[in-house]
Amino acid sequence: MDILYFAWVRERIGLPKEKVETGARNVTELVEELKAREPRYAAAFEDISALRVALDQELSDFDASLEGVREVAFFPPMTGG
Amino acid sequence: MRIVVQEAPFDLGAETSRFAEGHKDQGAIVTFTGLVREDGGMARMEIEHYPGMTERAITKIAEEAVTRWSLGDTLVIHRFGPMQPGEAIMMVATAAPHRKDAFEAAEFLMDYLKSRAPFWKKEIGPDGSDWVAAKDEDEDALDRW
Repeated sequence: MDILYFAWVRERIGLPKEKVETGARNVTELVEELKAREPRYAAAFEDISALRVALDQELSDFDASLEGVREVAFFPPMTGG
Repeated sequence: MRIVVQEAPFDLGAETSRFAEGHKDQGAIVTFTGLVREDGGMARMEIEHYPGMTERAITKIAEEAVTRWSLGDTLVIHRFGPMQPGEAIMMVATAAPHRKDAFEAAEFLMDYLKSRAPFWKKEIGPDGSDWVAAKDEDEDALDRW
């Protein structure tokens, strides 16, 4: 699946997008997998209450299922307008 | 309904005139424009967005406005990329038979664009750069709708 990062999440991880093979069933499990990879991921996902997640471009929750999902995006709360 | 997400500046006057044309059955047009504010010596702003989701999210917000208020038309233009203080970041326009619907729908669009459209603002100043933090009050503003 494609994982996208925006704003300071992108800066902390150091890339905007990557492909990941995962067996994670939900977003929280995916986050735990990513955190275990390298310190930069652990730093980006240190406080998930400061993050938002979108599944296939729809705002979602960290306990949401990843079944059938092709694109996951992590980012801080939005500041549009 | 017209949704535009672009990097280039837009002509506020031309967009407003174009939006106002041909609405014989509408009695009110409300427009709101957001500008880059020069805060604490900020030199410029950079706005990042999520191509694809941005257009979808704004369309969903505008469609929700159409179901809640009696609107003849809606327009949302939102820029991304680098911009200077004083430049227009975005605008919304609403046309309705009566002004109450036009004003309320414009406020609704603004409240939702602030915290439900995937844009992130970064301020660049003489001492470095900072991502603008979302405010609790912006999230709270959604409760009134």
